[in-house]
Amino acid sequence: MTQRTALFDNHLAAGARMVDFAGWEMPIHYGSQVEEHHQVRRDAGMFDVSHMTVLDLDGPDSRDYLRRLLANDVARLKTPGKALYSCMLNEQGGVIDDLITYWLGGDRYRIVVNAATREKDLAWMRERLQGFDARLTERDDLAMIAVQGPNARERAATVLGKAAEPALALSPFQGVELEDGLFVARTGYTGEDGFEILLPTGRAGALWEALRQAGVQPAGLGARDTLRLEAGMNLYGQDMDETVTPLESGLGWTVAWAPEDRDFIGRAALQTQRAVGGLRRFVGLVLEARGVPRAGQRVILPEGGEGEITSGSFSPTLQRGIALARVPADTGERVEVEIRSKRLPARVVKPAFVRHGKSLID
Amino acid sequence: MSNVPNDLRYTTSHEWVRDNGDGTVTIGITDHAQALLGDLVFVETPEIGASFEQGDACAVVESVKAASDVYAPLAGEVVEANPDLADSPELVNSDPYGAGWIFQMKVEDAEMAMAGLMDADAYQASIEED
Repeated sequence: MTQRTALFDNHLAAGARMVDFAGWEMPIHYGSQVEEHHQVRRDAGMFDVSHMTVLDLDGPDSRDYLRRLLANDVARLKTPGKALYSCMLNEQGGVIDDLITYWLGGDRYRIVVNAATREKDLAWMRERLQGFDARLTERDDLAMIAVQGPNARERAATVLGKAAEPALALSPFQGVELEDGLFVARTGYTGEDGFEILLPTGRAGALWEALRQAGVQPAGLGARDTLRLEAGMNLYGQDMDETVTPLESGLGWTVAWAPEDRDFIGRAALQTQRAVGGLRRFVGLVLEARGVPRAGQRVILPEGGEGEITSGSFSPTLQRGIALARVPADTGERVEVEIRSKRLPARVVKPAFVRHGKSLID
Repeated sequence: MSNVPNDLRYTTSHEWVRDNGDGTVTIGITDHAQALLGDLVFVETPEIGASFEQGDACAVVESVKAASDVYAPLAGEVVEANPDLADSPELVNSDPYGAGWIFQMKVEDAEMAMAGLMDADAYQASIEED
């Protein structure tokens, strides 16, 4: 039995092609995935991301709990509303999920985790709550709309009414709680500026239609995937999972090593891995021949040795194949990718290809 | 609802075939197939002069989502490949039965060979089953 978000009828009305995504009936595109991709890079598009799991945490020990649970450190959140990206690790350092935590002030936090990992995340998080005086609440009463693109904030502000002013005042990676259950954050998953807006499910349809009237076009999960890949952002379950650590997933920057006495889950395993060395690198690949790299394809080093593509696609912005890959420590600047039994040349780059509409690779 | 022209013949693997009446046939993928694939980004057309048996993989259509083989609907020799697809693969999406044609083959006894393929009604019924 698949679930539907509060915007299901709006998707159908907009001509969406619906697919099953992690048990949710979600729009893959509304006609052309590539057009939707360009719309977000050039103007403004919106995504229904209500399938993602929103959790509220409160209680006197909530901060201590998160400092134990997460590889990044919520003590870094100095102003209410500020967001922190982090991995949640198992004892072996494997990634259970990646998530965003907002500090709402006092002992209150809001956590957004992936839809596909909902049940295992909840089970893990509840089990770890033992010994902490804190409470987790599922917020299934909220819908989430991501409005993204160079004109996204401006367009969204025209329909936010009283909320427009505080929303426009947000700095990047900052959110704000407003009246009537509205929460607006300057975050996203596209490499463009924009908002992620949470609001009660009953009001989601009206906001969606108002945004459309304001010139924000609906975009599906297909465009969301090519946008995040161009931005060099990892996708859980594809670029990392419980069998790899953040240190081999391009996410070392999200691990807060200091202070040394903060004993987060997975810390010992990561320290051992770091001490042993020889870590595989997580890189970007730009294909230099016609073709589209795909997850699971082999990456072959000139001196021998192999890696693997974790995410790959055609980049609508760059008009060529790009990929994220996990490769041996000694990988140089050039590799080959095996695509449909042909070996095609690729260049190794930092894993971010496009930001704010501009190519980062030439 | 997919467009399935009456004057063409079809395969279960979603190719269409047009009898040009001069011993050659033109081949492409159906409207239904292009809709399933989504935006095409590359089309690898077969080499002119290459010969294929019926059912051989002879071309590749690659969308943002996935790469798919195109199969020779009939046995024959490739005599033309659509030169516009190298720069404009999206023609297959926008005009699958016209400007988005993929290649032409010389076929022995085209009329007879075509009779072995599905007509529009049969193809329409087959995609409704999917």
